[in-house]
Amino acid sequence: MSILVIAEHDNKALNGATLNVVAAAQKIGGDITVLVAGAGAQAVADQAAKVAGVSKVLLADDAVYANQLAENVAKLVASIGVGYSHILAASTTTGKNVLPRAAALLDVSMITDIIAVEGPKTFKRPIYAGNAIATVESGESIVVATVRGTAFDAVAAEGGSAAVEAVASQGDAGISKFVSEEIVKSERPELTAARIVVSGGRGVASGENYHKVLDPLADKLGAAQGASRAAVDAGFVPNDMQVGQTGKIVAPELYIAVGISGAIQHLAGMKDSKVIVAINKDEEAPINAVADYWLVGDLNTVVPELVSKL
Amino acid sequence: MKALVAVKRVVDANVKVRVKPDNSGVDLTNVKMSINPFCEIAVEEAVRLKEKGTVSEIVVVSIGPKEAQEQIRSSMALGADRGILVEADDSQLGALEVAKILKGVVDAEQPQLILLGKQAIDDDSNQVGQMLGALLGAGQGTFASEVKVEGDKVQVTREIDGGLQTVELSLPAIITTDLRLNEPRYAALPNIMKARKKPLDTKSPADYGVSAVSKLKTVKVEAPAERKAGVQVKSVDELVEKLKNEAKVI
Repeated sequence: MSILVIAEHDNKALNGATLNVVAAAQKIGGDITVLVAGAGAQAVADQAAKVAGVSKVLLADDAVYANQLAENVAKLVASIGVGYSHILAASTTTGKNVLPRAAALLDVSMITDIIAVEGPKTFKRPIYAGNAIATVESGESIVVATVRGTAFDAVAAEGGSAAVEAVASQGDAGISKFVSEEIVKSERPELTAARIVVSGGRGVASGENYHKVLDPLADKLGAAQGASRAAVDAGFVPNDMQVGQTGKIVAPELYIAVGISGAIQHLAGMKDSKVIVAINKDEEAPINAVADYWLVGDLNTVVPELVSKL
Repeated sequence: MKALVAVKRVVDANVKVRVKPDNSGVDLTNVKMSINPFCEIAVEEAVRLKEKGTVSEIVVVSIGPKEAQEQIRSSMALGADRGILVEADDSQLGALEVAKILKGVVDAEQPQLILLGKQAIDDDSNQVGQMLGALLGAGQGTFASEVKVEGDKVQVTREIDGGLQTVELSLPAIITTDLRLNEPRYAALPNIMKARKKPLDTKSPADYGVSAVSKLKTVKVEAPAERKAGVQVKSVDELVEKLKNEAKVI
């Protein structure tokens, strides 16, 4: 088996999600090659070469890959991927944007969001917002799949010594252009990788109150902050903080849901957390059904009290 | 310009589905079906572009059972002009086969804008739009939260993990909608009546030269592992104590 892993990065550093994908690749077994497509991304390739379990790194360095435009990256992945038995990428917005396009170019089906490897061609994945788990077997010559990072423990970022090999650019597909990017800056840990996540929902009532109540708690715990779709749609916080079927999938050690009722779509994004705490004024909130501990009370008094006692 | 919108009939978003006891799939008998929420956003966007004068005709296509007509009719009630139902057993089709059928529809209709939802809430694949982009050799603006058509280009603002990214695509282009692109309107009763008279063609996958079934086989479908029942704590002190000494997470 020969597995091609598409590296996730920002041209400067390798994104941690790639380490989870390599872990999934190791479960499949075989030779693991990491493809770094970027612009001025030598540092990323060097980092990828050190990742435990990686036997080779391919670096396609060209301005056309600077912003991970799907039209260009998918073309490269499809041209390189023909020689591999598996092509894997993280289930991030980049992976989901690029990989289906590459799969179609190769004329093979793709599997989204694998959460377990049952065999070299058999995988488990969630469907219906995580309310069912399907076991899927691929009959394709090349298995193309995205990997849900939170389902696989990351491999070590150090310890490997793979060779870096340059590969030719496939050029610009000429149908898309990068215009601009607006990245939300945060001092807190990244949501999908954090050990503790503090999330707020409609119950926090306003953006101002979200920060007033939840910032001290997140600060105290060194936690990342998340939100339900209701809180995002109401404009309390930016949408990259949304946890759920249509937002980010998280599985931290501790998830604290504050003022979140627990709609199906939200639960799909967090119910694999190790310990779930719900703080809600509604005794009947569906979130309590998945919570390990729930406290019924007014979040505006309960949360500050919690902060003072931690 | 012409816009093509693909819509899918799926189990209603508010239904809590149950896995069949024989693990062959999810039980959909007597379950409420609806238009996939992301597809509804795609229809709404097309209608708004028509109201702005950018789009002149909206064609809605759905691939699925005969009953998917209902979803095409509701799209027409929202403002689509005509519909195409590609009648097929959609449980046999994977995203790749769906994309191939849609390519056939695009080749026949020659739309400039092709709108799809970012994912269907039943199989949660998030693939069809991207695959269609590859098959057509067209640009793709996935997870769109803003769409601006300017001449023969379209600027799409996309929701990415760290924030937002704007790309410019040459037309024809594919756009897949994210939740925050718009808020779909409700169909007014007179429009529901009018929609019944709008033209709806019925086709088959063979009309587009597609007959293959997916090479992905679902071996079994299980219910997710149940979490063990939790406990209600009565005070903040009790919560802190449990987190420290029982769960040992802080």
